[in-house]
Amino acid sequence: MPTVTMTVNGMERSGTVEGRTLLVEFLRENLGLTGTHVGCDTSQCGACVVHVNGTSVKSCTCLAVQADGADVTTIEGLANGAELHPMQEAFREHHGLQCGFCTPGMVMSAVDLANRNPDPSEHEVREWLEGNLCRCTGYHNIVKAVRAGAQAMGGGS
Amino acid sequence: MSGNGTGIGASVKRKEDTRFLTGRGRYTDDINLPGQLYGHILRSPVAHADIGGIDTSAAMAAPGVHAVFTGKDMEGVGGIPTGWLIHSKDGSPMVEPAHPALALGKVRYVGDCVAIVVAETREQAKEAANLVDVDYRDLPAVASIEAAEANGAAQVFDEAPGNVCYDWEVGDRAATDAAFENAAHVVSIDVVNNRLVPNAIEPRAAIANFDPATSEYTLYTTSQNPHLVRLLLGAFVLGLPEHKLRIVAPDVGGGFGSKIPHYAEEAILTWTAGRLGRPVKWTCERIDAFKSDTHGRDHISTAKLALDADGKFLGLHVTTKANLGAYLSTFATCVPTYLYGILFAGPYTTPAVYCEVKSFFTNTVPVDALRGAGRPEATYLLERLVDKAAHELGMDRVEIRRKNFVREFPYQTPVALQYDQGDYDATLDLALDASDWAGFEARRAESAARGKLRGIGISTFIEACGIAPSAVVGSLGARAGLYESGSVRVHPTGSVSVFTGTHSHGQGHETTFAQIVSDMLGVDFDAVDVVHGDSAKIPFGMGTYGSRSLAVGGTAIYLAVEKVIEKGRKIAAHLLEASVEDIEFENGSFTVAGTDRSTSLGEVALTAYVPHNYPEGLEPGLEETAFYDPLNFTFPAGTHVAEVEVDPETGEVELVAVTGADDVGRVINPMIVAGQLHGGLAHGIGQALMEECVYQDDGQLATGSYLDYTMPRAADLPNFSINHNTTLCTHNPLGVKGVGEVGSIGIPPAVINAVIDALRPLGVNDMAMPATSQRVWQAIRQAQG
Amino acid sequence: MNDFTYHAPTTLNEALAALGAEGAKVIAGGHSLLPVMKLNLAAPTDLVSLAGVPGLADIADGGDSVTVGAMCTHAQVAGSAIVQARIPALTAMADGIGDAQVRNAGTIGGSVAHNDPAADYPAACVALGATIVTDRREIHSDDFFQGMFMTPLEDDEVITAVRFPVPSRASYAKFANPASKYAIAGVMVAQGPAGVRVAVTGASGDGVFRVGEMEAALGESFSAEAVAGIAVSSDGMLSDTAAGAQYRAHLVAVMAKRAVAACG
Repeated sequence: MPTVTMTVNGMERSGTVEGRTLLVEFLRENLGLTGTHVGCDTSQCGACVVHVNGTSVKSCTCLAVQADGADVTTIEGLANGAELHPMQEAFREHHGLQCGFCTPGMVMSAVDLANRNPDPSEHEVREWLEGNLCRCTGYHNIVKAVRAGAQAMGGGS
Repeated sequence: MSGNGTGIGASVKRKEDTRFLTGRGRYTDDINLPGQLYGHILRSPVAHADIGGIDTSAAMAAPGVHAVFTGKDMEGVGGIPTGWLIHSKDGSPMVEPAHPALALGKVRYVGDCVAIVVAETREQAKEAANLVDVDYRDLPAVASIEAAEANGAAQVFDEAPGNVCYDWEVGDRAATDAAFENAAHVVSIDVVNNRLVPNAIEPRAAIANFDPATSEYTLYTTSQNPHLVRLLLGAFVLGLPEHKLRIVAPDVGGGFGSKIPHYAEEAILTWTAGRLGRPVKWTCERIDAFKSDTHGRDHISTAKLALDADGKFLGLHVTTKANLGAYLSTFATCVPTYLYGILFAGPYTTPAVYCEVKSFFTNTVPVDALRGAGRPEATYLLERLVDKAAHELGMDRVEIRRKNFVREFPYQTPVALQYDQGDYDATLDLALDASDWAGFEARRAESAARGKLRGIGISTFIEACGIAPSAVVGSLGARAGLYESGSVRVHPTGSVSVFTGTHSHGQGHETTFAQIVSDMLGVDFDAVDVVHGDSAKIPFGMGTYGSRSLAVGGTAIYLAVEKVIEKGRKIAAHLLEASVEDIEFENGSFTVAGTDRSTSLGEVALTAYVPHNYPEGLEPGLEETAFYDPLNFTFPAGTHVAEVEVDPETGEVELVAVTGADDVGRVINPMIVAGQLHGGLAHGIGQALMEECVYQDDGQLATGSYLDYTMPRAADLPNFSINHNTTLCTHNPLGVKGVGEVGSIGIPPAVINAVIDALRPLGVNDMAMPATSQRVWQAIRQAQG
Repeated sequence: MNDFTYHAPTTLNEALAALGAEGAKVIAGGHSLLPVMKLNLAAPTDLVSLAGVPGLADIADGGDSVTVGAMCTHAQVAGSAIVQARIPALTAMADGIGDAQVRNAGTIGGSVAHNDPAADYPAACVALGATIVTDRREIHSDDFFQGMFMTPLEDDEVITAVRFPVPSRASYAKFANPASKYAIAGVMVAQGPAGVRVAVTGASGDGVFRVGEMEAALGESFSAEAVAGIAVSSDGMLSDTAAGAQYRAHLVAVMAKRAVAACG
């Protein structure tokens, strides 16, 4: 069985996996990082979005072995100690979450957008979030939160 | 009520958000128990078949496998019960077939539970399940209402001839018939309420454990109502007393009704954990969720409205056929009856209303409550019909509604409900104003200049929420009470724990209930914690659905706080050497009336737990429980307006504006209330424009994943205009009505009315849900010959 | 998903050697392959990743052509200044594939090799007259896309790049499935060295196809009006819950017209 080593939230983490082990399974089951969620099996809902080498990907559609050697950031790695990341703070401030299940993927996706576009329009945010499903919020407040979070990030995380 | 920065009426940021935003939420699938095994549920791949036999030997021999159980192993264990007994017109009880947790002898829908395979790992269990050899002997399937009622249709259950579960009615048929005889106009409509898949983003999951030391079972499960699961699983399925069965519903990732029912998997897992003496975990994959989470809606209706020459409604006659699926889920039978037929007065004074509903078994996933549950179906039919009446009579769509509004309260409808309070003109005016209804024609012209067809639609509605007065629902067939419990524990240091039998899975109870308690007790908002979701911690509860949590659960908490204050007054009187009658409580202080002598809640609490100087005969401690059984339903109401733009070439419908003007009673947290409205609107828009669960004739699910079942995405929706006009509920102390289902009830007919309004110039006068681009294109093509 | 042996070669030769095993398959971004493996529709014994093979993720301006490395992600193509300058229609097409996360991981090589009948790249390749470059040969797109999921690739053959001739004008119009966001009717119209081409994806059960009648009409007069009256037959069109055959055929005509109009 392969061993993988990757930097997860700034720490080097290793584990023994099967070839078929998905990155999300490695994160949740090997590393106990259960903030990354699984909401579907067809790569659509986006609850599993994490950053691999700085860009957002669906960790349900990535093998753990594919991320060997990569720099991975999950929702658990976003805040600076007790201080929320500006995007997390914006979601809280604008009520961009309800049940919280899609939230980690939504926030990680939003941070990637903000890194590319410090002041996205409402339209740009809505288009960017195509790969993130939410059943609770109707997206209204998520869109507000992402725009505010991007501005608060000042164009980079 | 102090009305301070965190009190009632303030948009307090949510207590639960920090854990969700940092990945520290604790959902069922995040829980692992030492020594746990993994269960995989083998599901029927066919819609209807006799089970000739099941050979589990190869699966048993597969690596890591501990057990394979089938229906035969569970024979003798109770079936999955249903919670509401409906009687037919002739007084006979509904047909209530057995629902074995694991199929016994027959499978009745694609997804029916056939076996559980338990192994060391998830993958081992799943792979071994492929080795279970089931001899399915195919039977003809009925996958729709039309198929179920056809002559010579296959029978889902032998004991249900014609696949009919019940044939129910409400209202005065003779009076309604008479109204039609005297009518100047009769307007008819046929509508289908499309079947939906709920799709909470968190798939269902469960983990069961049995502790031989205490003989106690624990089940962690994705439920909206853990105590209800305990009641059904304990009393009806496994025969366990309440104190030996603990149900924990931790953080739950959305429910929308699909996590109300007690599911077969919960029974199978709990029973299996007992058999194996080890924890067993199961997590549903989305592809299985599509064929095992209860579905919603699925009605076919025909209705007619009698009007006088001026457009005043005289009578309404509704005939509906409802699809219940293959088995009776927990609330399946009441959704198309008591949550549907009694809504047909709407906000109107129609003096005679009659509704009959025939419900059918089919070889499809069981149908149960879904956001709104019955009330969206009724509202859709009524508001489509009212629009059609306006069109046929040449009346203005707004004026025909206004002409028929209820304006005197309380108002007794001809279909059982008594509305306590409302102001339908106010929300209508608000919606017209906020949507710039008057300026629409200019926008229509602007769209036309770009080759687009613009339309606007309206719906005025009421809903019955705050479920429910136990005696009333009991007389109608409910097998449980629908009250709620709340406990308030003031700790010796003055912090407060609040225990509620409702369950929060996105609604923000931890915040809203803390606002109420901190406001009433004058304690710091941060000093109040709300506990929910664990039958071992909370005295009792009925859970969260039917927009009941605040109106029923919040009231129970309110009453418990009042009891705390009452006891506190006795302690304070003793400390202040005054009589209890003279003690006033405000902003956290007990004061002797007319003096400056006072003591704080904190001092009183400490005294209650360190009763060295204490009233004689009074129990120590400061903790109170209240059970609240509502006196009536609550009646949120409002007006929703939708504006669409149609591309006549492709049939695409773009939703360009949505306006809600709602009366949900007193608003505790405006931010949370707006969020609930947004979510409900998106759900209703999904039904109107995108979502449709389609079965093939053979009972295979044609829309079984996110690849072909359209979920509303961010780019499909506009920003929502949310507006309030408040009248207070008269029969609960907070004056609250409920908000969780408003959007999904009010908006679908407004959207479809808007689409029809856009297409009328082309000769299109009808549109089914969902108004997909293909359906719109076909309608245009048909109208143009 | 069945288990498999994962190989992470660092040279093309190592990759080719690993692909010699019976049942081995290439994995690029994994966004075509992993979803079908999850459904047990594919069960390779070995997966050979190209991620560590250098030189497969470059975009090069060859003057009259643009060569896109097989491991370029859709996001990379969409964000490429070279592609934007030379074939903006390809930029727009790549930017409309799937969603942001799919574009961050999915690759042109994976998409082309998979030849999903609803994928966008086959229409772009055929309309632009692209050449599929492999470790051992060059295959013109006319010969490459052989029907649903069918290509002439050998089991151990690796796509290294796709070379697109620069058109004088081109545009892509897609009507997406509202659920999956794959194309129901995706039409790439291009005018280039090889004349006018109209290639359609998402609509036919046989995968990408060209509309000869439209190409002829556009050859006469390159305008939206020229194709406006041309109906597309619904014979052989896919039919599902989102779009029946007739509706698909209609959408092909509408998307073609819009693509032509967008060419300017």
